[in-house]
Formats: sequence, C-alpha cells, structure tokens
Amino acid sequence: MSLLKIRNLSVEFSTASGPFRAVDQVDVDVEAGEILAIVGESGSGKSVSMLATMGLLPWTATITADEMSFDGQDLRELSGRARRRIIGKDLSMIFQEPMSSLNPCFTTGFQITEALRQHTDLNRSQRKDRAVELMEMVGIPDPSRRLKAFPHQLSGGMNQRVMIAMAIACRPRLLIADEPTTALDVTIQAQILDLLTGLQKETGMGLILITHDMGVVAETAERVAVQYAGQKVEDQPVADLFATPHHPYTSALLAALPERATERRLATIPGVVPGQHDRPEGCLFSPRCQYADERCRTVPPPVQPAPIGRARCHYPLNVPAGEEVA
Amino acid sequence: MADASSQIARTVPTRRAGRLREFWKYFSENRGAVIGLYVFAAFAMVAIFADFLAPYDPTTQFRGSELIPPFWQEGGEWAFPLGTDAVGRDMLSRLIHGARFSFFVGIVVVVVAATGGILLGLIAGFAPKWLDTLIMRLMDIILAFPSLLLALVLVAILGPTLLNAMIAIALVLQPHYVRLTRASVINERTKDYVTAARVAGAGYLRTMFVTVLPNCLAPIIVQAALSFSTAILDAAALGFLGMGAQPPTPEWGTMLADAREFVLRAWWVVTFPGLAILVTVLAINLMGDGLRDALDPKLKRS
Amino acid sequence: MLRYVLARLLTFIPTFIGVTIVSFGFIRVLPGDPIIVMAGERGLSEERYQEYVERFGFDQPLWKQFWDYLTGVLQGDLGQSFVTNRNVWDEFFTLFPATLELSLCAIIFSVLVGLPAGVIAAVYRGKFFDRALMSTALVGYSMPIFWWALLLIIVFSGNLGWTPVSGRIGLMYFFDDVTGFMLIDSLISGQEGAFWSAVQHLILPSIVLGTIPLAVIARQTRSAMLEVLSEDYIRTARAKGLRPARVNGLHALRNALIPVITVIGLSVGTLLAGAILTETIFSWPGIGKWMVDSIFRRDYPVVQGGLLLIALMVMIVNLTVDILYGLINPKIRKR
Repeated sequence: MSLLKIRNLSVEFSTASGPFRAVDQVDVDVEAGEILAIVGESGSGKSVSMLATMGLLPWTATITADEMSFDGQDLRELSGRARRRIIGKDLSMIFQEPMSSLNPCFTTGFQITEALRQHTDLNRSQRKDRAVELMEMVGIPDPSRRLKAFPHQLSGGMNQRVMIAMAIACRPRLLIADEPTTALDVTIQAQILDLLTGLQKETGMGLILITHDMGVVAETAERVAVQYAGQKVEDQPVADLFATPHHPYTSALLAALPERATERRLATIPGVVPGQHDRPEGCLFSPRCQYADERCRTVPPPVQPAPIGRARCHYPLNVPAGEEVA
Repeated sequence: MADASSQIARTVPTRRAGRLREFWKYFSENRGAVIGLYVFAAFAMVAIFADFLAPYDPTTQFRGSELIPPFWQEGGEWAFPLGTDAVGRDMLSRLIHGARFSFFVGIVVVVVAATGGILLGLIAGFAPKWLDTLIMRLMDIILAFPSLLLALVLVAILGPTLLNAMIAIALVLQPHYVRLTRASVINERTKDYVTAARVAGAGYLRTMFVTVLPNCLAPIIVQAALSFSTAILDAAALGFLGMGAQPPTPEWGTMLADAREFVLRAWWVVTFPGLAILVTVLAINLMGDGLRDALDPKLKRS
Repeated sequence: MLRYVLARLLTFIPTFIGVTIVSFGFIRVLPGDPIIVMAGERGLSEERYQEYVERFGFDQPLWKQFWDYLTGVLQGDLGQSFVTNRNVWDEFFTLFPATLELSLCAIIFSVLVGLPAGVIAAVYRGKFFDRALMSTALVGYSMPIFWWALLLIIVFSGNLGWTPVSGRIGLMYFFDDVTGFMLIDSLISGQEGAFWSAVQHLILPSIVLGTIPLAVIARQTRSAMLEVLSEDYIRTARAKGLRPARVNGLHALRNALIPVITVIGLSVGTLLAGAILTETIFSWPGIGKWMVDSIFRRDYPVVQGGLLLIALMVMIVNLTVDILYGLINPKIRKR
C-alpha cells in the first residue's frame, strides 16, 4: 500500500480576477522509503499540491480530490485536530527559504523542541537532549551552543539544517522538501542534498523532493513526476525518464540541460507557461509543443498507461514496441 | 532633441490619465473610502453654501425660544428642527455655519503645514549634513511637546482667535510633513532616474521639484488627508478649551464649550456639535485610509 | 547595541537644549511686557513691578537670563508660581501622580481591549467581526474626546447615576497622600468604601483618555498581525502541527508586538495631550488641568516650567522606547 496516495487532486484559488486553477487532476503515489522528485517550472503547481496535502493552503484555496490518503488515513475527512496530530509528526515538510522560514523571535533550540513538545511525551531535558542529537544528525557543529542562537545569527545553510532537524524531530514517515536548496549557495546545495538522502537511507522515511533542477533529480531521486501548468505530464523511474522521455515537454526539458546539449546553441522551449487567462482548450503544452496538431489544440489529451510513463499526451514519444497508445 | 521632448509631451498626459484611472479603481474598491468621499463632498458643499442652506443667521437670538428640543421630542418645533441653544439661537443654522469654519481650518492648516513641511523636507533631503541635522533637530524639538499643549501655549501668547489657532496647529503638524518628505526624498534620491536627470544637466531646483518631488507625493497626500482631520479635531479642542474661536462664533468646539453647563439638562446642545465633528473627521479618515490603500504600491500586489 | 544607545543619547542632548530654549523663549517673544501681561487686570504698583523684574531677571542681558535659567533647570529650580508662590518643580511632582495614575489606567484599558481585538480581527480577516471591529476602531480614532467625555457623563452620570462627574474621590473621604496614587492611598487608609470610590472616579476618565490609544493599538495590532501571518515562519509553525491559538498567539503575536509596543510607547505625547482635555472636563487634579489653569491665569513661570518638564518626559519615554525597541527586535540587537 502506498504511503501517500493522491488521486485527481485539483486546487483552485479565488483571486480578484476570477478563479485560478493551480493544480489540475494530479495523481501522486509515494511508497514508504521511496524518493520521489516532482519537477516543474515555477508556477507548475508542484508546491501547491504538497501544501494542499499538508493542509497549509490559505482559505482562498478550494481543494478537491477523489482520494487523498496518508498511511491509510483519509486526509480529506480529518478534523483540524486530527490532522495536527499527523502533520509535523508522521508527515513533515521543509521549505525553500530557510532564512524566512524560521521565526526570528525564537531560538533555534526553542523551535526544534517545540515540535517535540507538541508530538511526544518527552520532558524538558529529554527534549533538549534530543535536540542536540538532531543537530548532530544534520551536521551542525557545536550543537549545545547553537541551540541558543537566533536564526539571523546563522547562515542560510545552517538554517536549512535547523529546518531539517525540526522536520525529522518526530521521525516522520514522509518528508516533503520544497526546493530545499534553491535559496542556497551552490556549494551548500550538494551538502544539503547529501544530508537529505543520507537521512532518508538511515531512517527509511519516504522523501518527496520538489525541485526545478533536473541535475538534482538525476543525483537523488528514484522516481520522477514532471508537472506542467498544474498537471502531471509524466511519471517514470529516474533512469528511464532520462533515457526515454515520453512527453514532449520532458524531452524538451532534458534537451535544455547544458550537460546534454549536442549543439553549440543550447536548446530552449519557446513561449511561456500559460497563465490564468490564456489556458489552451486542449493540451496545455500544445502552444509550445513542436509536435502539436489540431487535435492537441482542441482535445485534452488522455493519460497513457504506466509503460508509456503515464504521459498526458496524444502522441507520446519513444513508445516501446508492443505498447498500445491510449 | 526636439523630437524627444515633443514625444514626452505627448506621452505624459495619457499616462497621467491612466494612473488616475488605476487610482480610482483601487480607491473605489474600498466602500468605506467612497462613503467617506461622499460625506466629505457634502460637508464641503455645506461649508461653501452655508449662507443659502442655513434657515437663520447663526447669531440671531430668538427671545422666548431658549433651549427648545429637536422637533421629534415633546416641546420641539418645526421652526427649529434641531432645537435651540441657551440663548435661543437655531442649532441647525449654527451647525451649518460651523462646517464652514471647520472646513476653512482644515484647508488653511493643511496648505500652510504641507507647504512649509514639504519645503523644509526637500531642503533637508538635499542639503549638506549639517543643515539636514539642524532642520531635523528643530523638528524633534517641536515633536517633543504634546501637540495640543504646544498649540495651546502658542495661542495663549498670540491671543485666542481662530486665526492664531490655525497658525499654531499648522506649526505643530508641520514636522510630520518634514519627516515624511525627507524620508522619501532620501529614498528616491539614490535611484537611477534621479542620477540620470542630474547627468542630463538638471539643476538643483529642477531635480528637487520636478524630478524627485512628484515621486514622493503619495505618502504626503495621505498625510494631508489625515492632518485635515487632525486640524479639525485640534481646532475644536482649542475652541472647547476657550483658546480657539471665541463666542458667539458658531465653531463646533466653541459651541460645545458653551453647552457644557447644559450637559445634564439639554442633551441636544451637546450632542449635535460633537456629532458633526465626529462625522466629518470620520469621513476624512475613511477617505485617508482609502487613499493610503490606493496609493501604497505595497498593498497593490494582491 | 551600546553604540546604538550612545548614538540615541547623543541626539538627546541638542534636543534637550532646544526644548529648554523654546520654553525659555516663550515669555520673551510675546508682545508686550510679560510682567504687565501676567498681572493682567489686577494691576501692579511700581515697587511690585520692580520686584518682579528682579525676580525674573528681566534686567539682565538675555544670554545671562538663559544661562541662569539653564543652570536653574539642571539643579531642579524652575522658579516659582506667580499665583501660589510655590516652587514649580514641587507643584509638578505633587500633581504628577494623578496624571500618571490616570494615564496608566487608560493605557492598561486600551491594551487589554485593543490588543486582543486587533489579533482577532487579523485572524478573522475580512469576516464580519473584523469589519465591525475595524469600523468601531476608526470611529474611536476619529473621536473628539472632549465630546465623548460629555456623552459618557450624560449617560453614566446623568441618566444612570453610576459614576461621579468630577474629582478623584468622594468628598467624605479624607486621608494623607502617601504615594499620590489614589487607588493605593485609599487602600492604605483602610477607610471603608474609599477604594471603591476611587475606582468609580477613575472609570470614565480612563475610558475617555484610553479611547484613541485603544483605536490606534487595535488598528496597529491588526495590520502588524496581517503582515506577520503571511510570513514563511508562520507556515513552518503550522507545518509542525501546532494549535492555531499557539501559532497566532505565540509565533505571530510575538513578532507583531514589536511595532505595536513602539506605537504604545510613542503615544505618550498623544496621551498627555488627551490628559489636558480629560483632566479639564473631569476636574482631575493632574498636570494637564494645572497647565490649562496656569495658561488662563497667565502664570508664566508655571507654563514655562511645565512645558519643559512635560517635553522632557516625552523625550525620555521616546528614548526609552527606542532603546527597548532595539532590545526586543533581534534584528537590531545583532548590530
């Protein structure tokens, strides 16, 4: 049974200029101990779908889903109180901006032990010991002194380590990392990723890595979901995705990687992601797709079966011999 | 060169109109602000046409009609819809003429305080450090005194008239403009368009008034609205304390001072002037809130 | 941090001298002979006039007058009241506790009501409660408090007869000033009903004086909370599974308090201006009423000294707030 199972999730925001669909019919499956990467440009709805899972979206958001379950519990029907028993404990999340994601008024020690105070029966000194242990786990030197530090006294990388320590404090079954390295220096990025994958191996938790960086995906993930304009367009194991992308968008993304450039000029994807008011009728990628025809522009594409990467496309690429295109 | 300037001449007005429309769009989204605007417009109309609107002269005393209650109360007369005061003057006429004084106070105070404050603020923002420090310390000194107290003492020295009250209030309110202008001037001064204007050969005065000042106006306009209401409140407070307009002037604060001894006997002589002050000030503050929301780019994003 | 405090202290000194010059200058710049003006309709004999000229030092050159005044101020000598012949300094500190008691009660009232109101309005942003609360706050903010005082007197003293109209305590109670705070003194005196009487006398003036600060605090709290609630660290706090009460009341409020405390601290000036009106209306024997009375009596030594002391007080409080702001704001503390 999947640890996290989401079917047909849609999120709509009511804005001043009408409703905006940020997530559109997305399915997510994560097994225990698996690393799933969700890739997409900014605005592709990858963070929003995870925030919806955590129940952290503002009240302007309307969430609908056919199924949304974590560890067998239906997240849609949980009361606020019951949800709060899960999130921060079995299901936790770290965010993009470590500097602004920590409360400037409290010490790091307070913020780490607060999670323990909420979800465990540890007493004060046990909580402190656990916090020191956690800080050691995430590689913060001199933990007992750093416990008394305020976030602004630490660097961005250190703060992200504090965030991770906070998130894994109650030994979660699933950790969602929302672009954990985007705001950090390149040298620190690798350290944080190593830390996350190391912790994942050590504890056997599931890990969802939200990123827009294909390099990060290649190095860390086991399975990749590609999102475009709120929809999941492809879902494959990482090696297969890099070898045989089925959706034209994935293929274009990979072609745009400098490491894979075959010509002198780097390939680009023309155009921009459709916004609130210019969503195409058919396939959302059709205005930018080099293979699109009239059918693509008018008929929304079906989701292909698993061997064709669950590609949301009329004409998937690299179809293996003997597979039937839906 | 001629081409460029004529092109500027052509593009500027349309941009202005667009900005105005955008401003109105944000302003009219705020229902309270629009209501405030209407009330304020009505208040201005009453102030301007007081002579035509008021049924009686505000100082005429009707012998034998002292302390008549409003028409809906027992003993009230339609001749005096809001009743009469202790010496038989029509409340409604006095209130209508009072609007004129309050409006006048607001306009004069805002114009004087804003002009002085903007000038000093511009100078402080552009001047060498010693002059800047001097001006700002002077403003600190004024701000160290509670505004009403300083105004009170000033009026006591200059003599208790409405004009002196206005001067005193303007002087007390003016440091806020200086601080505001200076802060936004210093903020704008470092921006590239100012440097560009300087490089293009704009003189000091031109840079100050044509290049920088228009870009600092948004917070100043909001401050103007807010100090309009403060001026009305302070003038009424001074009048109430006997240090503003003198009786029999139908100024709202002065009317309240006259009415104090009837507090427990004739509620209407106390209630109406204060209500007039409250409604006016409230309308202006509502408008000011709307202005701030519409002019503040930080809030526009959402 | 130390440098920050020192820099703040350094700007204090010129402002202090300036404030002294202003309060000193008032008598000298007014048109006409100050002594004649002070004497008013009472008139003065020639000898008395000479006596006053010497007493105020008007026969001395201006710089000498100012020097004498400044050295006097630094030694706590502000001259004597023209009317009571008492030392201005002494009069100020006899009356000050009354104003302090009233102001403290007003501030406590406004914080106790305004802070929760602002927090709740921010949490229920855009809902009915928020709108009702913020409309009320704007009405309070626009209130001519002298009229508000009269209205409250009409209702609570006139119609309902619940509260007295003026003074600090009922006439039948008499006891010595120990602290100058009527609430404490009435308790110490042990007289039955004295404390209750003092409380009753305090209620209306506190509400009147606290109205505008209450509105300001509620509005400021709401806007500060709204800003803080959209911060990333609030999302982090919620992601920990904390109760909304803890997220709003601890994580958000702690950050929102920084600007709110500053606003509360900086409202001493407003409070004192309000005290002038409130004390006049309720015949509250504090420094506000004392100043107004002295202005009307043309008791210039009192006006001059009172002005200086009040300005000094405002400056000291503002300075303290500035330094405290540095202390509670970790981002400044770092520097």
